[in-house]
Amino acid sequence: MEDSIDVKEVKLTAKDFASDQDVRWCPGCGDYSILAQVQRTFPDIGVKKENIVWVSGIGCSSRFPYYMSTYGFHGIHGRAPAIATGLKVARPDLSVWVATGDGDLLSIGGNHFIHACRKNVDLKILLFNNRIYGLTKGQYSPTSEKGKITKSTPFGSVDYPFNPISLALGAEATFVARTIDREPKHMQEMIKRAAAHKGIAFIEVFQNCNIFNDGAYELLTDKETKADNVVILEHNKPLVFGKEGNKGIKLDGFKPVVVDLTDGKYSVNDLWVHDEHDESPARAFILSQFTEIPNMPTPIGVFRAIIKETYDAGVEDQIKRITEKKGKGDLKSLLYSGNTWEVN
Amino acid sequence: MEKEKTTEKEIQNLNEVTVRFAGDSGDGMQLTGTQFSDTTALFGNDLGTLPDYPAEIRAPAGTLYGVSGFQVHFSSEDIHTPGDTPDVLVAMNPAALKINLKDLKPNGMIIANTDSFDMKNLKMAGYDSNPLEDGSLSNYKVFPVPITSLTSNALKESTLSTKEITRCKNFFALGLTYWLFNRPIEPTLEWIKDKFSKRPELVEANSTALKAGYYFGDSTEIFTTRYQVEPAHLPKGTYRNISGNEAIALGFVAASLKSNLPLFLGSYPITPASDILHYLSTYKNYGVKTFQAEDEIAGITAAIGAAYGGSLAITTTSGPGMALKTEAMGLAVMTELPVVIINIQRGGPSTGLPTKTEQADLFQAVFGRNGEAPIPVLATSTPSDCFYMAIEAARIAIKYMTPVILLSDGYIANGSEPWRLPKPEEIADIPVKFVKDKEGFAPYNRNEYLARPWAVPGTPGLEHRIGGLEKAHITGNVSYDPENHEFMVRLRARKVQNVQNDIPDLTVIGEQEGELLVLGWGGTYGAITEAVKKAQKDGLKVSQAHLKYLFPMPKNTKDVLKRFKKILIPELNLGQLATIIRAQFLVEPISLTKIKGLPFKTSEVYNKIKEIFGGNNGR
Ligand SMILES: Cc1ncc(C[n+]2csc(CCOP(=O)(O)OP(=O)(O)O)c2C)c(N)n1
Ligand code: SF4
Repeated sequence: MEDSIDVKEVKLTAKDFASDQDVRWCPGCGDYSILAQVQRTFPDIGVKKENIVWVSGIGCSSRFPYYMSTYGFHGIHGRAPAIATGLKVARPDLSVWVATGDGDLLSIGGNHFIHACRKNVDLKILLFNNRIYGLTKGQYSPTSEKGKITKSTPFGSVDYPFNPISLALGAEATFVARTIDREPKHMQEMIKRAAAHKGIAFIEVFQNCNIFNDGAYELLTDKETKADNVVILEHNKPLVFGKEGNKGIKLDGFKPVVVDLTDGKYSVNDLWVHDEHDESPARAFILSQFTEIPNMPTPIGVFRAIIKETYDAGVEDQIKRITEKKGKGDLKSLLYSGNTWEVN
Repeated sequence: MEKEKTTEKEIQNLNEVTVRFAGDSGDGMQLTGTQFSDTTALFGNDLGTLPDYPAEIRAPAGTLYGVSGFQVHFSSEDIHTPGDTPDVLVAMNPAALKINLKDLKPNGMIIANTDSFDMKNLKMAGYDSNPLEDGSLSNYKVFPVPITSLTSNALKESTLSTKEITRCKNFFALGLTYWLFNRPIEPTLEWIKDKFSKRPELVEANSTALKAGYYFGDSTEIFTTRYQVEPAHLPKGTYRNISGNEAIALGFVAASLKSNLPLFLGSYPITPASDILHYLSTYKNYGVKTFQAEDEIAGITAAIGAAYGGSLAITTTSGPGMALKTEAMGLAVMTELPVVIINIQRGGPSTGLPTKTEQADLFQAVFGRNGEAPIPVLATSTPSDCFYMAIEAARIAIKYMTPVILLSDGYIANGSEPWRLPKPEEIADIPVKFVKDKEGFAPYNRNEYLARPWAVPGTPGLEHRIGGLEKAHITGNVSYDPENHEFMVRLRARKVQNVQNDIPDLTVIGEQEGELLVLGWGGTYGAITEAVKKAQKDGLKVSQAHLKYLFPMPKNTKDVLKRFKKILIPELNLGQLATIIRAQFLVEPISLTKIKGLPFKTSEVYNKIKEIFGGNNGR
């Protein structure tokens, strides 16, 4: 699309990204915050409204596109990454975003998720992780903790959960981050970072489903407890947390250990300094596993951000190269190629 | 070729011949058959082919289930099938003989590779004694040729390993067959040069084997006659030999050029559809994007995404993959996006017979979705017809903003025939209108064809949301209103029914009314055509009609059916079209069914026609 030179670009606001549809999540649902942060940040991501598309699967979270006044596609359960991949490959000029839930992305859609990561398709995936199936009214999900009592697991679930960050890293995602619905500023920053990343950008958002899994992240959001339970990842900064910044994390080989910074034994100089650009996903993986270790704080922030050719750019590039080599194909040469003969 | 030498033997003219090459899966019979077909096509015969191979890539050598065959029927006249019964069987081993003998014409010719008729191979094929020696083949003309050792002799000087030398024997057999039917070997020599350009020693060896086979025919005493099938009197024009899958690939590239839309294929490999993916992935300089997805669901959903973005989007598969795509087809119905779903049918259910043909996915195509989800269904009838039906499927999808299903089958996909190439300007443009204008735009507004507007992302001011939830008429907002749902269900049904206004009438070949109409669909076209022609020559009052549009059917279908006393429907399933016809038009067709993974023989259809007339010629 061409811009008319006379018309001044009017700076959009959050309101400009709200559609005319009533938002129908349960009052108090964490989804509202995610919608608000997206609407707040989108005027600043440097993409024109008409070039943004939100694609989703099925679930409470997947109603998201209806509430954005951008282009939107509400797909079928689990398939949003595949729909989005087709769109992005066909239209590399678009900024394509995926809104999805833990059931949608990691259960029925697990296959599409890992392959979108592997291929480094330039998509932005926002996982609304409430550790429960919301829309189908409260069954356990692939991120629910083992032993979870739900409608479909009255005696407790027997299976182990997925760790979405570990999974994304294992699938070679080039941008992996985590944030929390109750941390608006942090979420905004993550959204902006994802928007700026070239390649797959995966953000896990801890989202509270106050109807079926209320308080799942309370430790991480409650004013009293959060400082001791959350560590914020910042590039080139040591891993420090705790109410007065009194705790740190150092690496003993592959083993992360929490150390006290007040007893004089350790200083910040001994701590693990986070490097999000590390080519190897190994350290990011260790970070992602903090949640599996009792008493370790939960990291939020960018685990990994590296640059690699994207799939969609690779496709474009190949077409360009072959076309330069062979010349642009036309119908005549298409039909009359191969062994032909004349009948007179 | 040295002319004088070749004229020493008598040349006998024939109108048509059917040759079957059969051997072990590792013997290169598909290649031999394809080369023979291509050369024969270049020579100017009309032809039909039938590849028939096991699902295993390399079944144990010498076993009955490892036999791979390729049949070519060529003629100086217009023909439509790969032939019922071979005149010539080239049998590379006892298992190939055992499997194929029952099909051979009485008094037919057998060229047998005697080298492989040893105790071990005979036993593996279940022979107690050597059929070449025990007189059991006295009803045939048997030509024993030690193909393996003759090939080795010819390649004495070669630096290749013994194993590699043995591998060249299919070219010896091919050369011999070329001599027998007086075909040039040059096109194959060229092909060898091209194919093995990176390995000159293989070019040398295979060329030598081919020539050795050819000259052997000349110099041996065992053949006294050569055969000649004159070029067919085909309509003037430029021709090429084409398989169904290649024609489908070309058809969609042509549709892309004629609509000015980039082509996007989302696909997951499955036999016998994979070749379409292979062909299309070579057309990068036509702007074609091929996406080999992680599964069929990703294949079609990626295509849906691409269609939303403004591409001509297609997805290719076979029955089991089609089953996986079902939910997404419903999504394409609801979002009213043009996506073509191509199903190259194979024997089912489940994994079924991966390398064999069947027509049993008709119900799946017409009915196989949740909810009221009408999708136009088209079917190809011959390899070259695939080209035109691909364009037709694209045209309908775009004009009506609807998914379209195109059915083909393994037989058409792998079979080939000479195709008179259309001139590029003979192919009609496919008009496409992307909406640009904000004024009066609503995502579920409709034009005179009831198609909704195609507004692609990137267009300022037209930002809108679509998806699988029921949509309110015009506004496209999510709606659970009962009245609206019924209205929309009927609207979508009406839209698809309207495609009827846009497709050719069903034509009747033969008398326009009377005793018997043979109604077919899909790849049975050739066998039905020849059977009907033959019956007509016998003076039977029988006519033929072939349905290329299965849903909706041509407007005059009912009228055509009512004009005949009896309707015969031959199908490679348990009578799926017959069921639909009965339900839709309240007529009682006679079903002729076959579910063997093989196409109809002309005789099977012909015999059924005879049986229906009960010998009284319909009077
Ligand atoms: C093919 C298919 N299977 C099952 C469903 C039912 N279903 C809808 S949403 C959902 C799970 C949603 O959970 P999650 O992705 O965690 O999203 P949330 O509702 O919690 O946001 C399921 C099982 C469906 N719509 N489609
Ligand atoms: S069920 Fe849970 S996730 Fe769904 S809208 Fe309600 S609170 Fe949100």
